[in-house]
This record gives sequence, structure tokens and C-alpha cells, in this order.
Amino acid sequence: MGIGSIIFILCFAGAALFFAKNVSKIRRNILLGKDVDRNDNSSERWKTMARVALGQSKMVVRPVPGILHILVYVGFVIINAEVLEIILDGITGTHRMFSGLGSLYFWLINAFEFLAVLVMVSCAIFLVRRNIVHIKRFFNPEMKGWPTSDANIILITEIALMIAFLTMNAADSVLMNTDVAALQEAHLGKYAIGFEGYFSFSQFLIPLLPDDLSTLMGIERGMWWFHILGILAFLNYLPYSKHFHILLAFPNTYFSNLKPKGQFTNMEAVTNEVKLMFDPEADPYAAPAPEEGDAVPQSFGAKDVTDLTWKQLMDAYSCTECGRCTSNCPANQTGKLLSPRKIMMDTRDRLEEVGKNIDKHGKDHDDGKSLLNDYITSEELWACTSCNACVQACPVNIDPLSIIMEMRRYLVMEQSAAPNELNVMFTNIENNGAPWQFAQADRLNWKNE
Amino acid sequence: MSNETLTVPTVAEMVGRGEVPEVLFWVGCAGSFDDRAKKITKAIVKILNKADVKFAVLGTEEACTGDPAKRSGNEFLFQMQAMMNIQVLNGYEIKKIVTGCPHCFNTLKNEYPELGGNYEVVHHTQLIQDLINKGKLTVADGANFKGKKITFHDPCYLGRANDVYEAPRSLLEKLDAELAEMRRCKTNGFCCGAGGAQMFKEAEKGNKEVNIERTEEALELKPDIIATGCPFCNTMMTDGVKNAEKEDETKVLDIAELIATAADL
Repeated sequence: MGIGSIIFILCFAGAALFFAKNVSKIRRNILLGKDVDRNDNSSERWKTMARVALGQSKMVVRPVPGILHILVYVGFVIINAEVLEIILDGITGTHRMFSGLGSLYFWLINAFEFLAVLVMVSCAIFLVRRNIVHIKRFFNPEMKGWPTSDANIILITEIALMIAFLTMNAADSVLMNTDVAALQEAHLGKYAIGFEGYFSFSQFLIPLLPDDLSTLMGIERGMWWFHILGILAFLNYLPYSKHFHILLAFPNTYFSNLKPKGQFTNMEAVTNEVKLMFDPEADPYAAPAPEEGDAVPQSFGAKDVTDLTWKQLMDAYSCTECGRCTSNCPANQTGKLLSPRKIMMDTRDRLEEVGKNIDKHGKDHDDGKSLLNDYITSEELWACTSCNACVQACPVNIDPLSIIMEMRRYLVMEQSAAPNELNVMFTNIENNGAPWQFAQADRLNWKNE
Repeated sequence: MSNETLTVPTVAEMVGRGEVPEVLFWVGCAGSFDDRAKKITKAIVKILNKADVKFAVLGTEEACTGDPAKRSGNEFLFQMQAMMNIQVLNGYEIKKIVTGCPHCFNTLKNEYPELGGNYEVVHHTQLIQDLINKGKLTVADGANFKGKKITFHDPCYLGRANDVYEAPRSLLEKLDAELAEMRRCKTNGFCCGAGGAQMFKEAEKGNKEVNIERTEEALELKPDIIATGCPFCNTMMTDGVKNAEKEDETKVLDIAELIATAADL
């Protein structure tokens, strides 16, 4: 085994291990959430995933970014088939192991090159949209700093990887088409695999390349290593980035809420209490029945990320900050502080913080902070009209509204911190059975008016 | 429009006569107390009377479904209301409910089952569509609307919340009017600003009211009528039209009112 193979295997294994370690941390963080059953109706779930994640049905609601995104996504997935060959070549020291497939191989590489060009063009347009056209939803306050850099890093990396791929093919095709004797003389016999012809797109780069065979070899090898090391580095960038959505989009859509969007969750703990109040047999002074296996005292609603469900936490890691939710939010569009995207970004940031605390100080550390107040203010929460536009708009079925509702529940039921007009409305409902101050006895008066 | 012909039996009366209603008309708080919404309630009753639907209302036995309490996060109050209403509804063995309000519709349909209330719940536009399809109601005077432009504002709790987009539109198609869609319609519909208990409080600080934004969008089409299917949307859009000083050009009407007019009721 050559030194190249050994270096390759070490890099590959190192990248895989580091990635696995970070993914398991994210998994642990998500599982800090409360349990919720999303394993029913698996056929409907697979269909939803196929339609929304695989088929990108919600992306094309906005056709321009939708179609460009599909090009990048299809290109990314298919070109990565090439990585299989790169890995096998890397381990065994062979050169273009699959070239034995003959014309099929030629056709495949041409298709990859075509996609690579499409990916580059799409990413370039995305960069223009973000940095020159200044599409409004990329400039909300929550996008300041890292989120904007993150987006640009991703797009530039993808373009760089595609340039490396095409340059590698260009240099390689020159070498592979050089006659065997000349290759042998330059100690480059490895490239003499009997391959003839040039690839459809990389051929246009050939005039830019030098003629010297060993320099060409340097370029080909350099680009080969840049391409594969770049992919491994990019893989390990994902857990730190919004780009993690390329993986979580699939489970996140699988575990979507399949119920009507208007149906908010029922709080069973409340149901038990209310049933007791309605039960004439119940002894109001009896000690509450011990809750099974749940030693932690129940609190209502969500103050911190650990009060949310694992699905809500998975939502946070699935968010790629595209901002379609926010640009459809009636509160945000009329200048209110609420931005559903910020709700998701705050949830993820706070969860990352909780995760780091666990790494540093162990499981039960309390840093005195919480999602409510330290990240999300009650002004944001009370601006929501619960219209479900954010839920509808999300291309990966994230549900920001459910988090807003859980936090409202905490404000109202744990802190009695509803806006005063809402307290008046509550009192009216309690006393008159209507949110306004009308007597229940007058409810049918309209009939005779 | 005279009210003399309105027949509005209560469930209690009906049961007293040994009858059961085919469908319960859930009037809702707005429909019972809000002066503007009461007119919608009456339009629905006229349609039910005309189509000979054996319906009844709960009258003083009806109470808020708890929707605004639930959307504000007051789950206790919501469930108290729900349990009380379910006791009444189950006591009368109610099977089918029609509502005049998408919020009542959503709550009764989706949130009552887990608390023991299982009913077939329809929005009034769905029931009216069904009556027309079955030939029980004819819309003869659709020509009254000839040359008029109507745009429909999707209530969030009918549309996105429950995927009902077709029933209200199919009713508007019965009118001989020009239908124009707003840029943001159906799944993309823009809220009127009243949902999530916003109806009962001042909006948070911003640079515009949600209902103004939405009404401006509707008024861009220069419609004669903004059609709604929700008493709260109706209030918000009416306020928006007044704010734009367009109340002479553009009326805000519920689909039930349009159909009642078209059916010469």
C-alpha cells in the first residue's frame, strides 16, 4: 500500500469519526426534548417525506429559488456518486477504477460535469441574490453576522468543489489521452488506462492548462485531493452550520405533524385536573395520585428548550434559515418583533448552549438562563396571530407556531403573565361564557332583534 | 330584510317535543353578540329555513368553545369550556354541527374529540354547498351580482388550518359575478390580524396593522365586494375598508349573506 493510500485512509477515517461524534451530540441534544409519538401511520409519513424532502414540493412554491435549489440538490446528490470511485481509488491506489465501464462511464462523467456546471451557476445566482440583489428576507436582524457568513461559506465551498472537479477532469483527460510511451517516460504510466476522448465541459478548461506532463499531474492530483478533502471538511462543517438541513430534512419531514394545522396539542395533565373538577365523586382534598415514573414536578408550557418535544428540537436543527416563514408572517410583515425564523434559530442556539453545558459541567447544570427572556421575549410571542403561514411556508415542515404556543402556555399558566386585555377576556369567558361582557342569558336575543 | 319568518328552535324545545335536530347550528359568541355578525347568523338561519333543514341552536346553553383561551395559552380555561360544552352536546346526543365561525369550527372539529366530543363538524360554506348540490337550495338570483367583482379572503382557520378552500369559492361561482383572487390567497392567504386571540388585545408595536395590510391588498383589485367566511375577518376587513375610506365602493360581506341575497331570502 502506497503512502498516498495510507494518508487517504487516515483522513477518511478521521473525518468519519469526527462527524459521527458531532452527530451523536446533536442526537443527544434533540433527545433532551420531551417524548411525543410520531411513529404512527408510517405509510403516510414515508409519502410526506418523499413528497416534501425528496420531491421538494414546497420549495417550488417560489419557482426561481425552488428550481435553482433543485439543481443544486440533484447535482449534489448525483455528483457524490463519483465520490464512491474517489474513495475506492484513494484506498487501493487505482486510477478511475470504474473506467472499465467504457462508454457508460464516459456518459456518466459527462452527466456529472453537466450537473457540476448547473450547481456552479445556481450557487453563483444564490450569491448574487444574497449579496447584490439583497433579497429582503436575508436581511432581517437575526441574519446579522454568522448566519450570513454561514450562507456565503456554503455557497463558495460548493462552487470551489465543482471547480476542482472540472479542473481535475480537464487535466486528467489530457494525461489519459497522451500516448503511452510519453507517459512511461515521465513515470506517469498510471494514467495509461486506454481512455480516449475529452469530457463535454471540462474540455473547455484545457487551453488554460500547461503542457508539461508532470505539472498536469500535479494539477490533477492537487484537484483530486482538494475535491475529496474538501468534501470531508464540508461534511464536518455541517453539524456547525444551518446546512445540516441536507440531512435532517428527511427525518424531519418523516416525523411531520400529520394532523390538521389548526389542531393544537391537548395537554393531558390539564385534562386530568379538569376531569377531577367535573367529577362529583372526587375528593377535592385527596392527595394527588403519584405520577407514574415521573419524579420531576410537572410544569405547564415551555420556559426552556428541555420543555419542548424532541420533534420541536429536531425542527430547530433542520432549519436552514431560508426565511420563508418570516416573509409570510403577518406580524413580521407589519413590523412586529416576531420572526418565526428567529424562534427556530434561538431554539437551536439555546439547545447548543445547553448541550455545551452538559459537556462541561455534567447533566444537571443550571446556567440560570432560559429560552424565554434570554432568547425570546414575550413581546415576540404575543405578536403571533396563530395563522399557520410559517408552518405552511416551511419547505421542510418545521412548526414554529407550536413553540410559540408552548411558550404562551408557560407565560399564562405558570406566570399569569398574559397581556391585561387577555386577562379580561379570560374573566369574561369564565363568568359569561363569552369573550366579551355579555350575559349568557342574552345569547339568543339576536333572534328577536 | 324582515325577521318575521325566522324559525330558530332551540335544542331544548325540540327535544321537549320529542324530536332531534339533524344538525346543530353553533352560532358562536360573535354570531350571538356582535351586531355585524348577528346579520350573518340571520342569513345562515334564512338559508337553513329555506332549505328545510331540521336544525336547532343551543341558545343560552351555548358557551364559548374556548378557542381564544387556547390560542392565548390558557389551556385550563379552554378545557373547562370544552368539557362543559361537551356535556351539553353529548347530553343532547348531537351528531352533526354547523358553525358560522371558522374558529368554532376548528375547535369543535379538531380539539373536542380528545376530550370526549365526537361530532361531524362543518363550516357553513360547506353545508350550503351541500344543500345546493342536493338541490335543496337554489340560487336563482345570482344575476343580481352581474358585473360585480368579488374577492374572497381565506380565513386562516378555514383554509390553512383545515384545508377548506374549495367550498367558499364554489359558492361564489354560483353568483354571476367576476371572481378575482388576491396575490396571497388559498394556502398563501394573509391573515386578517384577528387570530390567536389578537381580536381581544391591542397589536404589538409595529409599523402597520395587519388588517390594513390585508385590506389594501384586497382593495388593489378594486372589488365591489370582499367576501369572508368568518365574523372576525369580517370585522377586521370592514375596519380596513373604513380606514381606506372606501366603504361606499367596497362592501365586506359573508358568503352566507351573498347566498341569502342570491336566493332572494
